[in-house]
Amino acid sequence: MTSRTMQHDRDRVSHDNRRVAFAEPVAPKPVVSAQNLVRRYGEGDTAVDALRGVSVEVASGQLTAVMGPSGSGKSTLMHILAGLDRPTSGDVFIDGTAIGELNDAQLTKLRRKHIGFIFQFFNLLPMLSAKENIVLPLSIAGTKPDDAWVAELAAKVGLSDRLSHRPAEMSGGQQQRVAIARALVSSPTVMFADEPTGNLDSKTSSEILALLRDSVSSLGQTTVMVTHDARAAAIADRVLFLADGEIVTDLGPSTPSQILATLEAVSAR
Amino acid sequence: MIKVALKGLLGRKLRAILTAFAIVLGVAMISGSFVLTDTLGASLDGVYQESYKGTDAVISSKHKVQQADGTTEKAPFPAVVLTDIEHVSGVRAAQGSIEDHISLVDKAGKRIGKPGDGIAVAVSNPDDTSLSPVKVVAGSWPQHGDEIAIDKATATKQHFTVGQTVGAFADGPLQRYRISGLITFGSADSLAGSTLTVLDLSTAERLFGKQGKFDLIRVGADKGVSEASLVEQLTPKVPSALVVNTAEAQAASDSKQTQDGLSVFKYILLGFGGIALFVGSFVIANTLAITVAQRMRELATLRTLGASRRQVLGSVVLESLAIGLIGSVIGLFLGLSIALGLMALLGATGVQLPDSSLVFSTRTVIVSLAVGTLIALLASLRPAIRATRIEPIAAVREGATLPKSRFARYAVVTSLVISTLAVGLFSYGMLAHGIDLKVRLFSLIAGVLLLFVGVAMVAARVVRPLAFVVGSPGARLGGVAGRLARQNAVRNPSRTASTAAAVMIGLALITFVAVIGQGVRSSFSSSVDQLFLGDYALSGDGEQPLTSKVALAVAKAPGVTAVSEVRHADGRIGTKKVMVTGVDRNMSKTIDIAWKDGSDEVPAQLGRNGAFVDDRYAKAHSLHVGSPIALKTPNGTRALRVIGIFDLPKGGSPFGVVTVSLATFDRSFATRVNDLTMVNVQGGSSDAASARLKQDLAAYPNVKVETQDEFKKSQLSGLTMMLNMLYLLLGLSVIVSLFGVINTLVLSVFERTRELGMLRAIGMTRRQVRRMIRHESIVTALIGATLGIGVGMFLAAVTTTALSKYGVVFAVPYGSLAVFVAIAVLAGMLAAILPARRASRLNVLEALQYE
Repeated sequence: MTSRTMQHDRDRVSHDNRRVAFAEPVAPKPVVSAQNLVRRYGEGDTAVDALRGVSVEVASGQLTAVMGPSGSGKSTLMHILAGLDRPTSGDVFIDGTAIGELNDAQLTKLRRKHIGFIFQFFNLLPMLSAKENIVLPLSIAGTKPDDAWVAELAAKVGLSDRLSHRPAEMSGGQQQRVAIARALVSSPTVMFADEPTGNLDSKTSSEILALLRDSVSSLGQTTVMVTHDARAAAIADRVLFLADGEIVTDLGPSTPSQILATLEAVSAR
Repeated sequence: MIKVALKGLLGRKLRAILTAFAIVLGVAMISGSFVLTDTLGASLDGVYQESYKGTDAVISSKHKVQQADGTTEKAPFPAVVLTDIEHVSGVRAAQGSIEDHISLVDKAGKRIGKPGDGIAVAVSNPDDTSLSPVKVVAGSWPQHGDEIAIDKATATKQHFTVGQTVGAFADGPLQRYRISGLITFGSADSLAGSTLTVLDLSTAERLFGKQGKFDLIRVGADKGVSEASLVEQLTPKVPSALVVNTAEAQAASDSKQTQDGLSVFKYILLGFGGIALFVGSFVIANTLAITVAQRMRELATLRTLGASRRQVLGSVVLESLAIGLIGSVIGLFLGLSIALGLMALLGATGVQLPDSSLVFSTRTVIVSLAVGTLIALLASLRPAIRATRIEPIAAVREGATLPKSRFARYAVVTSLVISTLAVGLFSYGMLAHGIDLKVRLFSLIAGVLLLFVGVAMVAARVVRPLAFVVGSPGARLGGVAGRLARQNAVRNPSRTASTAAAVMIGLALITFVAVIGQGVRSSFSSSVDQLFLGDYALSGDGEQPLTSKVALAVAKAPGVTAVSEVRHADGRIGTKKVMVTGVDRNMSKTIDIAWKDGSDEVPAQLGRNGAFVDDRYAKAHSLHVGSPIALKTPNGTRALRVIGIFDLPKGGSPFGVVTVSLATFDRSFATRVNDLTMVNVQGGSSDAASARLKQDLAAYPNVKVETQDEFKKSQLSGLTMMLNMLYLLLGLSVIVSLFGVINTLVLSVFERTRELGMLRAIGMTRRQVRRMIRHESIVTALIGATLGIGVGMFLAAVTTTALSKYGVVFAVPYGSLAVFVAIAVLAGMLAAILPARRASRLNVLEALQYE
């Protein structure tokens, strides 16, 4: 990371802050930003553009939801923002680092420090206990978990009495709570949630959403959530709508009915 | 991360154990061979050390002669040496002894123990008990020619007591002796399972043809004289053909021959352990590859949580290392128990070893653990490297497939290059002329190993058609289950291919052995058919050769028209070692060879300096009738002249490079061991003639009278036994490969849980599910068998080409091959038991639930 790109980064940040200012009284610092993301699958005649020039900034301490109909490119956007996929063109910055320039080892280091993940199918390791799953990112990074912090997280996700259970011994909701604690444990710069309620019943979904909202509010955890569930998006500070690989609407906090209406309008385009 | 890998292993115990078994058998073989040979070696060392207890120096010959049982022993030397050294200063006492072989017969007239097992001892002064390891514990030392003493263990087992008579024979006729006493060997009641017989010195001289000779002189030192200084004193006083050693050095040099034999035995066993481990490495690599593919989501998740490629690599390698270590530890102790069992078996069959405590050396532990773990490590590298290529995004993608290896597109080329290189190396090792033995062995072994790897790689591409063919009986008989099984087997061709490849290795080697065995068998048979002209061949039972004494005895029997003896020994022409054969004048009457130059009269015309040679040797050395040959023998150089040249028979020659008359042979060499003893009788061979000959030879209990057919069969029985032994040892690698089949099936069943649930839901019965898995297993085993038989035949074809000059032909043992295929089917059924049971017990509802 050169000082020049750092400078460039900062310039862009101030510029963008103005644009989102209407939604948020305090101008938060963007921790993830993307410029002109294009993602093309395939070549020649059969080429499909999943993203066609998406620029976006994610503000620190906010919960940003990404919505859109199937095939809108919302998952692709999240994969690229999280460094799981590489854009055909365009840049992604996480905490000021242009991740497109990183090699695999550097990207791995970046993940350890800056990125947390919550998956639709939880993706817990079946042979590890809840506690072991929670501290796994720290174990992988070779750092010793702070017992007090782990206990606090466990209490926050409501699993203090289930820490020795294996995933197979837990319900889906409990597994997702473990996954949330796992994502939070390293206090990442940004946490990505990929359809976190997609595999849960509605009651459990509400609990998980409340937990996510709380982790943003009380811990200040910057979060990007991809969802097609209007109720999920309703907990967000900001809702982005994608259609045909482009951001078409950018809402502030909204109600489920507002979101549904917008989604319908977007899908009808 | 280490914890993740190890916990992962614990979470898949069944698979880990099945995989560990890929290592267990190979390592057990290695540790077992070490323990067994170390223990036997230590015991035999004990016997030799016991033999020189109380002795300070030993005098023996530097030269060796061939014995009746085919082994070599130190040459006897003139007994006068004893009187020469008795008064050398520092000598307290000296004892000359004759040590040879004699067999005892039990009360039913049968020989006790194996040929060559019985030891005979006679000493110059039995009254001095300080030097001899043999102690009388009942009765007395034999005083006359008609007395012997036997070891206590044999006496007890055969119910002999002092005063009874017992039959004994060396290479002469059976004689009866009165038992004068019972003896022990040092502290043991017997000598490592052999019978021990003590004779009166003059009887031994007569019996073994060692008049005025000793095999050994044991010397005891005066008080205060060290062993070393005694040796120093004695050395200048003995003839130069003899050597004086300290007792310890003598024991070490005596045991060297046995130890060398043991170490050959050890290396052979280790080789088979190595083969089993090689097969095991295929099993481990394949199991890990499947596991990596199935754990892709998990590994990708680890990557999203910040695990580096190196950590993913490490976790797969570590898992394999743990499996390898567990397998090696189990194998180490399994090998120890096998060795223990074998020792107990030896003990039960009456082989009493002086010190039979098991030798479990550090080397055994280190080598067994290191080899097993290393194999597991190497086997894990490829799947581990592939695991590092899993992208983190696979954590969120449904049905992501393992990315192809960077070199995947070169796979066909690589496998072809490897196979070609393998064939080249193997053919070079087999067919090239005049290359160093080490180079030859290296290229053979490397060629075979590479060929297995190459064929395993190519196999993925031929699995489809092969499965179609070998699966068609199952598809026809097994109904829908059979048809599905065949399709399941080719769903993941590379997985089926590497599972089958492990089966292939064992079967290829077994096929190779069978085809070569058949080639040797048929060439030997045809050569006997062609050459065997006599009515009978005499041989010792247990394939022990006979000496000329038997020939002399049978020549006197009524009705015998001709006796022909053939003996071999090593001589030199120039600097080259050559095999020299002695034949008598009757040879042409019993052995039919085709003369290129000369006639059937040649053997009778050999005289004092005639010789005949084979045409190949003659051509190579430009010899013609009349050419001179200077043959160096232990008793001087013989100036010979070629008087005949014969066509080398296709199936191998019964003669060495140079053949001379028995008279010349006996003047040149000490051995009187007959390689062949042929007999013609009046009226040819018949049941009556056989019975009469046996009657005439009744005094020689170990002589077998055989017609051409019987001779062929009994000579081939050794080959059959060796083949069976090899099948058994190679069967071990087939068992290892079965664990691979079980593993693959268990993992496939796990992978297809939902599909199996669906099949059950739409009406497939448990029995049909089991049948489907079983058929898939059989198809895999048969693919392995087909590939194995193909590779084995190829290797055998090259080998028989190389051995064709020895008359070995390429002959396919169809019966044996059919048996191998049947065994492969059976093995496939066995391997399917556990996975089929798991599949059929699936809970349909649970199986259908998502995730």
